[in-house]
Amino acid sequence: MRRIVVVGASAAGLAAAETLRREGYDGTLTLVGDEPLALYDRPPLSKQILAAEWEPERLALRTPDALAALNLDLRLGVAATGLEPADRTVELAHGSALPYDGLVIATGVRPRRLPGEGAHILRTLDDALTLRKRLTPGRRLVVVGAGFLGAEAAAVAWRLGCEVTLLEPAPVPLAHAVGMEVGKVLTNAHLERGVKLRCGVTVTEVTEDGVRLADGEVIEADEVLVAVGSLPNTEWLAGSGLTVGDGVVCDEYCAAAPNVYAAGDVARWYNPLFGTSMRIEHRTTAAEQGMAAARNLLRPEAGKPFAPVPYFWSDQYDMKIQAYGYLRGHDEVALVEGDLAERKFVAAYRTGDRVTGALAVGMPPKAIRQWRQAIATGAAWHDSVRTTVTAVES
Amino acid sequence: MKVELEADKCVASGQCVLAAMDVFDQDDDGIAILLEEQVGDDRLDDVKEAIAVCPAAAIRLVEQ
Ligand SMILES: Cc1cc2nc3c(=O)[nH]c(=O)nc-3n(C[C@H](O)[C@H](O)[C@H](O)COP(=O)(O)OP(=O)(O)OC[C@H]3O[C@@H](n4cnc5c(N)ncnc54)[C@H](O)[C@@H]3O)c2cc1C
Ligand code: SF4
Repeated sequence: MRRIVVVGASAAGLAAAETLRREGYDGTLTLVGDEPLALYDRPPLSKQILAAEWEPERLALRTPDALAALNLDLRLGVAATGLEPADRTVELAHGSALPYDGLVIATGVRPRRLPGEGAHILRTLDDALTLRKRLTPGRRLVVVGAGFLGAEAAAVAWRLGCEVTLLEPAPVPLAHAVGMEVGKVLTNAHLERGVKLRCGVTVTEVTEDGVRLADGEVIEADEVLVAVGSLPNTEWLAGSGLTVGDGVVCDEYCAAAPNVYAAGDVARWYNPLFGTSMRIEHRTTAAEQGMAAARNLLRPEAGKPFAPVPYFWSDQYDMKIQAYGYLRGHDEVALVEGDLAERKFVAAYRTGDRVTGALAVGMPPKAIRQWRQAIATGAAWHDSVRTTVTAVES
Repeated sequence: MKVELEADKCVASGQCVLAAMDVFDQDDDGIAILLEEQVGDDRLDDVKEAIAVCPAAAIRLVEQ
């Protein structure tokens, strides 16, 4: 293989490029990204950047030296617009075409929007800097969607002195992901501080003075942030013959077609550890999957299934939330350590008869590591969750 | 090679400990601690793995 193209110049794409070099690939390595900026990291956007604690320079994923050492053919500010697997070419905006022997797709996701003008979204550095200028004390911010992203932004805005209202269609925020009881506990951190929360409401439109709900009510706001999930960036693959369905569909090796692999937020692959296909929007998965895709692309004959325990963290107020595994669709949640009300605990998640997830708030690493291990080894629920636990309704 | 850790970037994910247990540890808040600053060639691969999986881009190797 002499020509490898990686499309998507962020966490997953960088991990793929670095891994290719570490594994000895010395051919042409082209990294294409449509954002004009040098490779930067996203999780701090809704945390330190929004809070104006960090300046953008701190987001750099690598030092200039480390990047230079990769000897990349770096094409920033250029979008890939098409893929022809039969000819093995990626088409770029401006009409040029890049030939490849191997391809890694790492184009990530973009936020879903709502009808109407003037709302903020939060995905790029620009988005974060634009919103942070507007979060001055006393300003009324409505956040549509009380998922992790919306909740982090709400926490920062509260700290900056804004009047914050969270709007959420579900009866309890995050319940589908973490269960009712844990969802309520995480939500209480907002309510205690005077952040308003309205659940079971559907926003139909962003208006000039706020947002309109399905029943016609208008909630007034100076600023609106829409955080209602994301859409995989797969449009450029239309007509390529690759299977696209809520992400680029891959097998357990992260392969979408011969010599074509996908990684990160955009990839939907079969995770053998959980026996299901999944698309994970977590920072660590993006890096791990970029590495796995790169290795399998270089050495398909020694291919290894990508079977990670997904890991996610979120910072809200003084809470550090960490989640391991695949919590979605769980059958039961049990409190296995600590105290929910104090927001210092580990909750374990059961799917079928296995431990499939754990969520910890404010716990030392040692308390969590054993649960990660239990998930990684597919430990039986009844062996891991002893009798002393409190079952919490899910 | 010398390992550098920017502790105020660290998000306590523990990925570095999984990758190179004899080079990294975590304090009670989960923040990474360097057990060894100088690593020999035999540990380089594991440290590079830690750099690759660190979700905060908080680890660096510097040539001396
Ligand atoms: C505000 C925010 C906070 C977050 N906080 C956390 C957190 O606390 N914990 C956590 O685990 N995860 C968090 N995440 C998620 C994490 O950042 C993502 O999982 C990770 O960035 C995914 O990396 P990626 O490389 O797959 O995709 P992306 O980071 O989306 O990168 C894809 C890149 O490809 C580019 N691209 C798209 N289409 C094309 C095209 N056609 N041609 C060329 N380039 C293209 C995009 O512009 C983008 O630069 C957060 C995300 C955001 C936005
Ligand atoms: S991998 Fe990075 S973020 Fe995680 S504990 Fe280590 S240094 Fe901190």
